[in-house]
Amino acid sequence: MVDVKRIQEGNYDLLTVVGDVDASSSIELDNAIEEAIESGGKKFLIDCSNLDYISSAGLGVLEEFRKRDITMIIYGLNEKVANVFEILGLDQLLVIKQTKEEAKAALG
Amino acid sequence: MKYSYKVPCTKEKLRDIRSFVKEVLDKHGISEVDVSTLVLAIDEVCANVIIHGHSCNPKDSIELEIKIDKSQNLEFDIIDTVDLFDIATYQEPKIEDVIKQQKKGGIGLILVKRIMDDIEIIRLPKKNICRLTKKIELT
Repeated sequence: MVDVKRIQEGNYDLLTVVGDVDASSSIELDNAIEEAIESGGKKFLIDCSNLDYISSAGLGVLEEFRKRDITMIIYGLNEKVANVFEILGLDQLLVIKQTKEEAKAALG
Repeated sequence: MKYSYKVPCTKEKLRDIRSFVKEVLDKHGISEVDVSTLVLAIDEVCANVIIHGHSCNPKDSIELEIKIDKSQNLEFDIIDTVDLFDIATYQEPKIEDVIKQQKKGGIGLILVKRIMDDIEIIRLPKKNICRLTKKIELT
């Protein structure tokens, strides 16, 4: 089960991901980001501080959006979730920051 | 010690599978990070079998067996009646190539191969077993 909340803050959209993103729930994350892009969003912060678990299905969703014409910064990964990104080397491909402040600064 | 768990082939059961694996591993004093990566590897294999092997048919089921010996040798058997994808001989591609080719499933298999020490497919007359093994260093 995953919940994705979206708040427009200034010139970016903040997406807060809460719960587990697995093969069953990754479609929810996919739909939420897709809707945010369709409504004109170009800059996104993804708050993962309440993301408890992610499997390859969720990583695939984030990776796919990286290739779109948007800016996406991820922040707040807990140690276990960050470890999954590192095992795959996705921490080198995606822009990942520790805090919201760092993420906002990276957004420009 | 041996633990077993049988579930219907639906994606919604993946959460229960993860809870079962975590519960078992927590009993054996395995570190939180090791538990989380092992849970992930089992989740990936089970998701693969449920989605690609059984098309999420709730009338089918898969069985998971976990064996742990005193030296913290872990053995996970995913037991199934359909022909399992031979992950053991799967040649790991570069992550960039998987992403470029949009092969989402490929990411899961890379994770399993990187987390586990060994992966073996055992084909028996009426069932197939995907056996994942991992030695945990005692602290």
